[in-house]
Amino acid sequence: MQANGHEHVIEVTGLRRVYGDGFEAVRGIDFSVRRGEIFALLGTNGAGKTSTVELLEGLAAPAGGRVRVLGHDPYTERAAVRPRTGVMLQEGGFPSELTVAETARMWAGCVTGARPPREALARVGLEKKADVRVKQLSGGERRRLDLALALLGDPEVLFLDEPTTGLDAEGRRDTWELVSALRDGGTTVLLTTHYLEEAENLSDRLAILHEGRIAATGTPAEVTAAQPSRITFELPEGYFLGDLPPLDELGVCGHGADGRLVRLQTRELQRAATRLLVWAETAGVELRRLDVRSASLEEAFLGIAKEASAETGTQRTKQMKQEYAA
Amino acid sequence: MSGTTPTVTTPMSRMAALARAELTLFGRSKGTLVAALFVPLVLPVSVAATAEEMDLAGAGLTVGAVVLPAAIGFSLLFAVYSALVGAFVARREELVLKRLRTGELRDAEILAGSALPAAATGLAQSLLLAAGCMVLLDMAAPSAVHLAVLGLLLGLVMCTALAAVTASFTRTAESAQVTPMPLMLVSMMGSGMMFPLELFPDRLASFCELLPLTPVMTLIRGGFTGGLSASETLTALVTAVAWTAFAVFAVRRWFRWEPRH
Repeated sequence: MQANGHEHVIEVTGLRRVYGDGFEAVRGIDFSVRRGEIFALLGTNGAGKTSTVELLEGLAAPAGGRVRVLGHDPYTERAAVRPRTGVMLQEGGFPSELTVAETARMWAGCVTGARPPREALARVGLEKKADVRVKQLSGGERRRLDLALALLGDPEVLFLDEPTTGLDAEGRRDTWELVSALRDGGTTVLLTTHYLEEAENLSDRLAILHEGRIAATGTPAEVTAAQPSRITFELPEGYFLGDLPPLDELGVCGHGADGRLVRLQTRELQRAATRLLVWAETAGVELRRLDVRSASLEEAFLGIAKEASAETGTQRTKQMKQEYAA
Repeated sequence: MSGTTPTVTTPMSRMAALARAELTLFGRSKGTLVAALFVPLVLPVSVAATAEEMDLAGAGLTVGAVVLPAAIGFSLLFAVYSALVGAFVARREELVLKRLRTGELRDAEILAGSALPAAATGLAQSLLLAAGCMVLLDMAAPSAVHLAVLGLLLGLVMCTALAAVTASFTRTAESAQVTPMPLMLVSMMGSGMMFPLELFPDRLASFCELLPLTPVMTLIRGGFTGGLSASETLTALVTAVAWTAFAVFAVRRWFRWEPRH
């Protein structure tokens, strides 16, 4: 349980999940989450996020490998784990004909150390909706109700499966603030998301899942640092790629061209940018559409998708690129 | 937690919270409400009408001895079995069962807690119907009341478990209107509800004795008439317990907690 003085609240080793039809959704993954940390599982639809989280929640037994939550097997030692965890499923889970208050009261009766239902609803700004039937709530309001109920017993560990899907920008920010505040109060949070921004802003560490495997893991900065930075610009009239200073002198590790648009990759952004700009200044040319940017999680994500597609060329990877190319 | 001791939940408190919500839902589902509350009050009247025409005396029966168990049977089928198939399927399709399973409730608590309002309705209705039949059909007080009570309780547990089994094989809330029909029809025709088995040919009667609700009917009728021998009582008990055990096994083995994808 102890590693580097931190308690590992969630430990996953060699985890596999196989469905009845033989589909292997989770193909041997390892990670651990320390107490008081927000850990994000990032990936596209079908990457295995929900399949993984359900194993952590103890909804199903793994086909292989091991899960420990708070030192217990969440599937076989349910009674030891459940009073200390809070769960928000990816969707639904409440009878549509009950009101918000009735739903909260029902859950409060099933949760050890539950807060008063009204207080729980106020926490997510739903107190005014107390007498509204669940079926009349908007998608975003339903997500907030789900979050309120996951928090009802002040759990030590919180599992949030796509907590902000369907929320507007303001609702998303509110949820981020709430989740950050919970982490600051010592709650351990495992969340899944397909929003890169969410993983980057909210998580202390993350893992990028791709086709049931972890493609990259670390802090957002570490995952990003593994990727090169990027410089793009339009080649001036009358100039060719060969007219630029030698690429290794610029510190460029890769390049590409799209018509007259040149794309350089570098791990030494300052050196490459300086030498490129000095060259342009000396040559007396203007670099139109100049764009200099550090690696972002988005690029890391696209890079991973690209590598994976080069390896497997699957349809899923193409979908991933389409979704995130924007 | 503001310094107070956190309230620790118990199986009873959890099931009570769930049952309360389920009772609210029961009250808001008009179709279920009508079928569960009124049909079992109306059907016995038609059974009473046909029973008047039958040669009951030849089989050693009275109208009351036919109508009273039948009325309780209708209550078990409509208020408990059929209503619960619909409730289990609806909760599963709305992912309520899955969500409940992420919490402290155990699987058996989820099913029992959800079933409680329907089972309580069936129990109250059965007692009311029994009292009504005794008064209106001028019946004597039950001579072996423990058998009738045992039959009723076994019937409640069996119908709850069979409802969960049926729900396992029901894909949508719409099909939940249809999937309970086979057991309901077979029980009404063959378990001594519409027609006493005593009027059936021997071979057919002994087959019908193996149907799930037959032993329940036998025990309840025997409880009122006092006409059951020890071996008949034992046979009925074994049959009822066997069906209940089978249903519980089937639920553990096949019950679906979330919709198919």
